[in-house]
Amino acid sequence: MSMQVILAQALLGLNVGVFYAMLSLGLAVIFGLLNIINFAHGAMYMLGAFIALIGYSFLEQWFGISVQIGFWASLILVPLLVGLLGVTIERLLLRRLYDLDHIYGLLLTFGITLILQGLFSNYFNVSGTPYPGQPESLSGVVDLGFMYFPTYRLFAIVFSLVVCFATWFFIEHTKLGSRLRAGVENPDLTQAFGLNVPLMITLTFAFGAGLAGLAGVLAAPIYSVSPLMGADLIIVVFAVVVIGGMGSIMGAILSGLALGLVEGLTKVFYPPAASTVIFFLMVLVLLFRPAGLFGKEK
Amino acid sequence: MTNRILFIIMLVAGLTAPLYAYPVFVMDLLCFALFACAFNLLLGYAGLLSFGHAAFFGGAAYITGYVTKEWGFTPLLGVLAGAGFALVIGTVFGFLAIRRQGIYFAMVTLALAQIIYFLALQMPFTGGENGLQGIPRGHLFGLIDLNNSLAMYYFVFAIFLIGFGIIYRTINSPFGEVLQAIRENESRALSLGYDVDHFKLLAFVISATLAGLAGATKAIIFQFAALTNAHWQTSGEVILMTLVGGLGTVFGPVLGAITVGALSHELSAFGSWVQVILGTIFVVCVMVFRRGIIGEIQRLASRKQG
Amino acid sequence: MFKHWKQGLVGAVAAATLTLPLAAAGALSDDKIKIGVLSDMSGVYKSLEGPGAVIAAQMAIEDFGGSVMGKPIEIISADHQNKPDIGASTAREWIDAKEVDMITALDNSSVALSVQGLAKDKKIITMNTGAGTTALTEEQCSPYGIHYVYDTHALPVGTATAMVKNGGKRWFFITADYAFGHSLRDNTGAVVESLGGEVVGNVNAPLSTNDFSSYLLQAQSSGADVIGLANAGQDTVNAIKQANQFRIVQSGQKLAGMLVFITDVHSMGLDIAQGLQFTTAFVWNQNDETRAWSERFHERHGAMPTMVHAGVYSAVTHYLEAVKETGTDDSDTVRAKLGEMTLNDMFVKGGKIAPNGSMLHDMYLVEVKKPSESNSEWDLLNVISKIPADQAYISMADTKCSLVN
Repeated sequence: MSMQVILAQALLGLNVGVFYAMLSLGLAVIFGLLNIINFAHGAMYMLGAFIALIGYSFLEQWFGISVQIGFWASLILVPLLVGLLGVTIERLLLRRLYDLDHIYGLLLTFGITLILQGLFSNYFNVSGTPYPGQPESLSGVVDLGFMYFPTYRLFAIVFSLVVCFATWFFIEHTKLGSRLRAGVENPDLTQAFGLNVPLMITLTFAFGAGLAGLAGVLAAPIYSVSPLMGADLIIVVFAVVVIGGMGSIMGAILSGLALGLVEGLTKVFYPPAASTVIFFLMVLVLLFRPAGLFGKEK
Repeated sequence: MTNRILFIIMLVAGLTAPLYAYPVFVMDLLCFALFACAFNLLLGYAGLLSFGHAAFFGGAAYITGYVTKEWGFTPLLGVLAGAGFALVIGTVFGFLAIRRQGIYFAMVTLALAQIIYFLALQMPFTGGENGLQGIPRGHLFGLIDLNNSLAMYYFVFAIFLIGFGIIYRTINSPFGEVLQAIRENESRALSLGYDVDHFKLLAFVISATLAGLAGATKAIIFQFAALTNAHWQTSGEVILMTLVGGLGTVFGPVLGAITVGALSHELSAFGSWVQVILGTIFVVCVMVFRRGIIGEIQRLASRKQG
Repeated sequence: MFKHWKQGLVGAVAAATLTLPLAAAGALSDDKIKIGVLSDMSGVYKSLEGPGAVIAAQMAIEDFGGSVMGKPIEIISADHQNKPDIGASTAREWIDAKEVDMITALDNSSVALSVQGLAKDKKIITMNTGAGTTALTEEQCSPYGIHYVYDTHALPVGTATAMVKNGGKRWFFITADYAFGHSLRDNTGAVVESLGGEVVGNVNAPLSTNDFSSYLLQAQSSGADVIGLANAGQDTVNAIKQANQFRIVQSGQKLAGMLVFITDVHSMGLDIAQGLQFTTAFVWNQNDETRAWSERFHERHGAMPTMVHAGVYSAVTHYLEAVKETGTDDSDTVRAKLGEMTLNDMFVKGGKIAPNGSMLHDMYLVEVKKPSESNSEWDLLNVISKIPADQAYISMADTKCSLVN
């Protein structure tokens, strides 16, 4: 096995890993504050990709609006739109379930997943529609010595890393972030200090959803946009979250990246196991460190 | 009292169904009804949400298919082998999953089930995407030809009744009462000296085995074991069936399976809209209809009496 | 997309009202002929068969006059979702409870094998137009199963031979991981080796894969001359596009799409697809007859027909002719008649249905045009050579089908 092949597959693994990281980060943020596992997180990712696709290719055909929303505009607009949907879901539905068993939150978001997935399956091919809006400036190829790597994929890796670490910095090292953490630790006390905890919860949910939407836009030019793209990913991300533990933001990011790498390298050494390796690692973690690598038991 | 009436209705409807309905379809419903009942034992009575029950349902189907097709097992032995397999992996999954609680439990079972799904996709004996085709229906006790659709139907109905009976007995035994006590208040049950983990594990194993029994039977009916049965969406469907019919009620899952199954079948011409409708029912159930159909009926009945 | 959805709805309504009640007596078992079109309506093979197959079958029925022996001809259609269990249970219900007489399309080898197996037990004719595996007419052949358009033996004969003769000796396969892909890989490998070439490696990719990059890099590092794509539809399109992104072809390796449809070429665009060689049973603008039919199809479907669409039209037409000539819908009689007929229409010239169910007909090796050569949106292919039926298909002397030997 040449070094060249290993490096190439590792880089592709990292490419997948940044998406794991972004999604598990969003899940962790939402879980931290709401104690809810957002099953619809994958659907939000899918939705993000579809809004970008529709904005680029179908506005005129469907709605008669002769506007084309390009990639860069989507990168800003889409997270806002998906975040807005997050606000709606949180305010209208999730909020009424906080007093019940947390599994109802999971079931609700599962239902939302089915709705979104079914809706898009009606209008789009389940095996994917290409997103043609990749910017010209990123369409080239970079010669890395050991391989040619599409510029856009490199951009997606760097951009996602920046977003992940910016989020970590914001939550761990800013004043607003520390209030957020206080809300997590002790909502009643935080409320007593005059902070609007319900608003914080809504915004956090919206932020997590927006992050998933952003990941969706980034993924659109790489993978074909498909109604099932989120469902395929979210279950792996659940395993990532169980492995990393929900305790820390950094934990979610690092385990996402690491597991993407592990998956990529498995493709070199034993390809048939590539789709299961993460789940087996999860079993090991459960046996020896049930709270997860970075987690603290709640 | 209500239970006895409902049981008689179910028995009569089940015995006469082939007269007015397409038997293969009713058999399919019966498999899902048993599957939902098994699932309900875990969620409705022990309060554990498994998101991976498709692994038992689908996994058992492959084993049953393999032993009847390749080793010439009789249908009954084949079905038992499938259920036995579900018992074994149920024990392993249960052992791992009860280490975590609440939503973690759900995520762990989902991820574990995904291992079974990928194994089913990649192991040579399952046929991967092709599925395990051409499973013989065979002869029951070496005598009754199950290729006859009526014989097949009553065989399936008998299996359903046995499975249903086991669940009914379990719920109404001292064991069932301890389970419900754990669901209501785990720490109290613990302080009363019950080995909570032991009870949870046992409930998990029973539930998994009966889910396997349902899947194994389905493989014989359709002469097919396929990935669809092991897919996470099937795990989701069984939750929906249980929820619609009534969580923690004896007959709810049966009614829920019939409702959801008939709905999907009737609407299948509308393609993906079925998914949208099922999703909407899910949301409605969670938001305003958490008791399910039977649960609401019972509430109304008890209100009248009181 | 909304437009297409509406068209689909109109199509469905049209199909439902196609039932033309007429008097006259006949020997049809249930006073009608019902044709089932079971296809991938939503996934990876949608554009190559899917809703277009329903339109092609409808056109065949309309051109036939809407009735046979005074009895109506109906269509029923469903989505098998590329899942063999869903395909089989749909077919089971069609046969048991909906009086379907013949099932066509079946564009997925796993689905096709399961439906043909079931139809064999139930004595119902299947006319497979979409699936590839030779198992349908070899190991698992059926007295009621007909394989109409192409198979995995016919595909590599032209394509792989041409590639090896041009110096592509060492092959690496990227294979769709199910019955069709395996069969296509094995049959292509056999052709390559028989010509002195070598298969240096293989990787299986799941059906409907979005990201082929890691498989492509494996192929690249194998040092093969040719990367053989033993897949179809959207999978082939994705693999070729991504090979372009990773500069695989520019680095000196050749891609060989073992099964390519005109809709795939259309969706890749000529810039990416030019020079690609593949084997097909039908080229829409080959002559006036094909062009006239294809333009009628284009008007209703919004895209030019693939070989599979044309095949559905031809298969349904010949089935109805056989019913008409024998005066019955009894499967044994109709199948025997089909075996005697010589098939001629815009799709096939001088075709024969062999005892193993294989429809023997000529195939064509084609090459994708350069952008400068193309005169219109769908003017995409040049015919290089004709592959005679006796070379394309397994001969009755060599078949493993138990019905023959």
